[in-house]
This record gives sequence, C-alpha cells and structure tokens, in this order.
Amino acid sequence: MPQHTQAAAGTPLLQVRDLVTTFRTERGKVVAVDHVSFDVAAGETVAIVGESGSGKSVTALSILRLIPNPPGRIEQGEVLFDGRDLLKLDDAAIRAVRGDSIAMIFQEPMSSLNPALTVGMQVGEPVNLHRKVSWARAFERAKELLSKVAIPDAGSRLNSYPHQYSGGMRQRVMIAMALACNPKLIVADEPTTALDVTVQAQILALLKQLTRESSSALILITHDLGVVARYADRVVVMYGGRIVETAPSLDLYARPRHPYTRGLMASIPRLDGDTGSRLVPIEGQPPDLANLPPGCAFAPRCQQATDRCRQERPPLQAVSDRHYKACFLDA
Amino acid sequence: MPDSLTTEAAARAAATDGPLLRVEGLKVHFPVMKGVVIQKQVATVKAVDGVSFTLDRGETLGLVGESGCGKSTTGLAILRMLTPTAGRIVFEGEDIATHDKGRMRKVRRRMQMVYQDPYGSLDPRMKVGDIVGEPLVVHGVAGDRAAYRARIAELIRMVGLLPDMAERYPHEFSGGQRQRIGIARALALNPSLIICDEPVSALDVSIQAQVVNLFMELQERLGLAYLFIAHDLSVVRHISNRIAVMYLGRIVEIATRDQLYREPMHPYTQALMAAVPIPDPALEATRPQQIISGEVPSALRPPPGCRFHPRCPRAMDACRTQDPDLRDRGDGRAVACHLHG
Repeated sequence: MPQHTQAAAGTPLLQVRDLVTTFRTERGKVVAVDHVSFDVAAGETVAIVGESGSGKSVTALSILRLIPNPPGRIEQGEVLFDGRDLLKLDDAAIRAVRGDSIAMIFQEPMSSLNPALTVGMQVGEPVNLHRKVSWARAFERAKELLSKVAIPDAGSRLNSYPHQYSGGMRQRVMIAMALACNPKLIVADEPTTALDVTVQAQILALLKQLTRESSSALILITHDLGVVARYADRVVVMYGGRIVETAPSLDLYARPRHPYTRGLMASIPRLDGDTGSRLVPIEGQPPDLANLPPGCAFAPRCQQATDRCRQERPPLQAVSDRHYKACFLDA
Repeated sequence: MPDSLTTEAAARAAATDGPLLRVEGLKVHFPVMKGVVIQKQVATVKAVDGVSFTLDRGETLGLVGESGCGKSTTGLAILRMLTPTAGRIVFEGEDIATHDKGRMRKVRRRMQMVYQDPYGSLDPRMKVGDIVGEPLVVHGVAGDRAAYRARIAELIRMVGLLPDMAERYPHEFSGGQRQRIGIARALALNPSLIICDEPVSALDVSIQAQVVNLFMELQERLGLAYLFIAHDLSVVRHISNRIAVMYLGRIVEIATRDQLYREPMHPYTQALMAAVPIPDPALEATRPQQIISGEVPSALRPPPGCRFHPRCPRAMDACRTQDPDLRDRGDGRAVACHLHG
C-alpha cells in the first residue's frame, strides 16, 4: 500500500516509549506492561500478539488511559500521538481524544454497548459530542455509518436496541461507533474472539477495508497468529509484559528470531499443515506476573536458555532493518 | 502402565463387532414454553434434527460447526445428559437411547466426558486426588485404600502430572494442568469413548499443543475413541481421523480428514475453510478470500429447503424448497447438497 510506506517515512502517528503499567494485587505489585516501546505509522495495521497475561490488552488500555486506578497505575513512559503526550493530558483533554481521533473496539460487543439506549443514539453520540452537531445531524451520520458497516435497512435499525442485534451485527455497530469521527487510530482488542469463524472473517475484512478507505491506523490485539498473518502489516510479540520480538509480518513469519515466537509457530496446528507429525508444544506453564524470573521472562520455558538468560534481562535489539528481538542467543 | 488395563481394553474390543458407536436419526428438540402458571408450548427448537454417524474403536471423529449447530447437544445426548426426542444411540452393541438412569449408570463407566472450562468443571473444595478418584468411588470400584491411591497416582502420572499433586487443590493449577486433571478423571473407569467438548479452546495457544498431544498419546496407549467437538478447524484437522460438519442441527458433510480438507464439497464446509486464516502472511496474500455473508439463523425458525441456502453462494431453486438428504458417496464421504446429488 503506497500511502503506508510514504507515511512510515515521516514521524510515526503513535510512539509508545518505555511504557510501564502496574497493578496492586493481593500478591504484591505486578508489572503488567514492562518498559514497552513501539511505533504505529499512519494507516498501518500493527498486531500485538500474546497469550493471557502477556500485557497486550493492558498496553492498549494504557494508550487510551483506560486503566482503572486503583488498582492500576501507569508508572512511566510516553504515549506520543500527533506530537502530544497522551499521558500528560488532563481528564477533559483525554476524553476529547477518545472516540474522536483514537477509537477503541472491545471484545464483547454485548457488554460494551448500553442495553438501555437505541443503537442510533450510541452510534450518534460520538458525533454529537465531538463534532458538536445537533442530534438530528448525528442520527443522519449514524444511519450513514450503519450502512457503511453493511447493516441492512440501516434507517429503521437505528431505533432498535442492542439485544435485537446478533453478535456479528453488534460488532458491526461497535465498528460504526469507532468510525464515527474518522479516527486516525483504531485500537481493537480481540474484536472477533467471541464470534463464529465465518462472522470473524466478515468483521475483520470489513475493519480492514474501512481502515484502508479512511487511512486510519489499526492496532489489532489478538492471540490468533492466523488473524495476524491475514491482516497485519507489522507484529509486536509480547510475553510476560514485555516485547520479545517485533518485525514486519512477512519477515516475522519467514524468519522468527525469538525462541518464544518460534515456539508459538511450531505449536499451532495449521489448516494446511503436516498431519502426520505431533505438534511441538512449548513446555511449562505461562509466566506468573507476580513471580517473574530476574532474567528473561521466557527463560524457564526456553530450551536454549543459558545462565545469562536466567539472570540478566535481554534488551530489544535490532537483528535487521525493522526487525527486533529481546534475546541473547545468536539464532 | 499395568498389563491388566490393556488386556481389558483388548477383551472389550473383541466383545462386539461393528462400530463402537452408531448414532441413527438422532433428534433433540426443546419445547419453547410461554406462560407462568398455565404453560403452553409455543414453538420447538430443533437443536439436533436427524443426525447419523458411526465411530470406530480407537478412532477420533471431529464434530465441527458454528455456535448453535447442535454439536454440543449431540454430545450431551449421546451421554444421555439430555433426553433424545428420537433416534438410536447404539454404543458397544446396545441401544442406549431409551435407557433409564440405572442402566445408564453402567454405560457411563465406558463413556466419559471432558469439558471445555477447566475452571468450572473441577470442584474447588476437593483435592485433586479425590476429583480424579471420584468416579471410582461413585461406581463402587475404588477397592481398598492402597489400591485406590495407587490408581489415582497412576492416572495422575498418565496425564503428565506428578503423583504428589494429588494432595493439592485445583486453584493451585494453571488452565492446562486443570484440563489434564479433567482428563485423568475421565480415564479413571477405563472408558472406551471420551466425548470432548471444546477441550482446548479455553487454553492459551502454547498450552493447547500440550493437551492435544496428550489426547493423541492416550489414544495410542489405551485405544480410546474420541468424539472431539470443537469449532477450531485447524485443531480438529490435527487430531481427527474423520470429521462431521454440522449446520443448524444437521450434518452437512462427513468425510475422512484428508478428503474433507483437500476437497471440501459442501459449500458450507468450503466457506468454513476459507474463513480460517493460515498463519503465513505470504500465503494469505495470495489466497482467494471467499467470505460468505450473513450469520447462522435462529434454530427456532430454520429456513425452508436446505438450511444453508440463504447464505450459500451457489444456491439454486431446488435448494430453496427441497431439503437435501445426507447422501453417501461410496468413498467414505457423505454430503447433503443438491449440487452433489
């Protein structure tokens, strides 16, 4: 996509720098996001992949300052968006950003929509709020948005309530809400995990098409490496709150460099894979954030871990242009 | 692994001819009632509406489909945790579809279940050893204390955990380990069939492979048959010998693994396959993306004719009025589609 490469040449749209988010728990302070830095260029789709507890969702919520405090706290870092540090904005200023230039799509469309308001009111709300237009104009825009996300008979569906929509239709409503103010960045947290596979394909294709049309950037948070391969330009792999590897998608899948990334790829069955062989699982258990080892978070499960890996934390280093890994091994 | 178990399994295998399980015309209908004091049936949800298949000893049949297709209901009806409305369920040569509770109790020693949710399916107040050993106690085969403990230790070891974990409680274990505990419990009575309802879908990706491999190892060692109910077509492909694809209460296609994945014949099977992304961006860039529209309709009002016709890209006039039968093609595959009549 030419406009992407062009945009990537300038200052990135979003720069996350050294972000640290912690939570107070019964078992002490847990570092959910541990010195995370990455960029998103205008119009680019970046996937953040990881398993539960990897910090992928907390990273996304931190960008929009949606971390409940207490128990959570963004301890340090910068989130530079269009030249401003979102972490330094006052509450009114960050509210003006949310739903306007940065929109969010959540996993559970049913619990993210207000059951007591009509769909038209919910889709129109960001327009009314951020664009300061009348409700009549906002409803017009809502109707336009609902037809854009392929909800049939959008005009009459405006007055329906979320429970009258199916799961896939509700997620389309969420996308319509996200697109309402032509955001420069959409953050989608597992947007299709709750949906059936044929509906997942519809929703992701729609999201991709609409972000391309509006040249919005997209941060796609997922655990599904297939979804990443189909939709993302670049990938950030997280483990135990840290970034372990990041690269353009093609490069990452062709040449995974971190043992965790390699382990993940070997452990998932593929629709076109070899059926005779056993899967190669990653042995051991996912990391316990309250009890991380002093060195590399993956060291206890890594076949190639050395003493150094167990004691010292590997920094994120360039292995080639735009490809970084946090691993001491030379592989 | 003592020899007694393997010989027992072998003896049982020889005991009856034919498939381990034969399901014929299975229907599970739920009445929809209206009214508080005086209830009246106003509709019927045909969750499972005429499902037939066989499962051999030591074989894995994958049962796939989207939510509401009736795959879990089929599993529960076979275990008789739901009462079938019609049809035959012939298990080890015996039709169990109309068995009463007492007779089902005996059957359940040979037929066990592994659930999806490794958190909700283990009693948090019981020690792991007692969870695994409970079926032995319930069925009165626990024996003396030493035998009971030895069997628990054996089962726990069989699923890749350490025997001293028997003294611990479920909350001390991760999701993958809990699923192993659930599997150990299912193995306690030496079943010949395990019905697995989405057994890996709640697990993290890196843990799924451990549990899938465990299922396959146990099958080789114990000659188990699995009815593997799942929505993840990649996992199902990996573990199954044959696969049945369900849509709105019916099987639309049933075939061997290689037949189905190499050349899916039913348009719904084709749509399902096309919807699953392959973790390879170079391949995905060139893969034709045929995304079908619409969602699974309500089982309360299934469409007339072929139930898939409103979403089918190749629907013809006949599809709108005539319900296609599941037709055996003679090569081990059966398809319910007018295109392949």
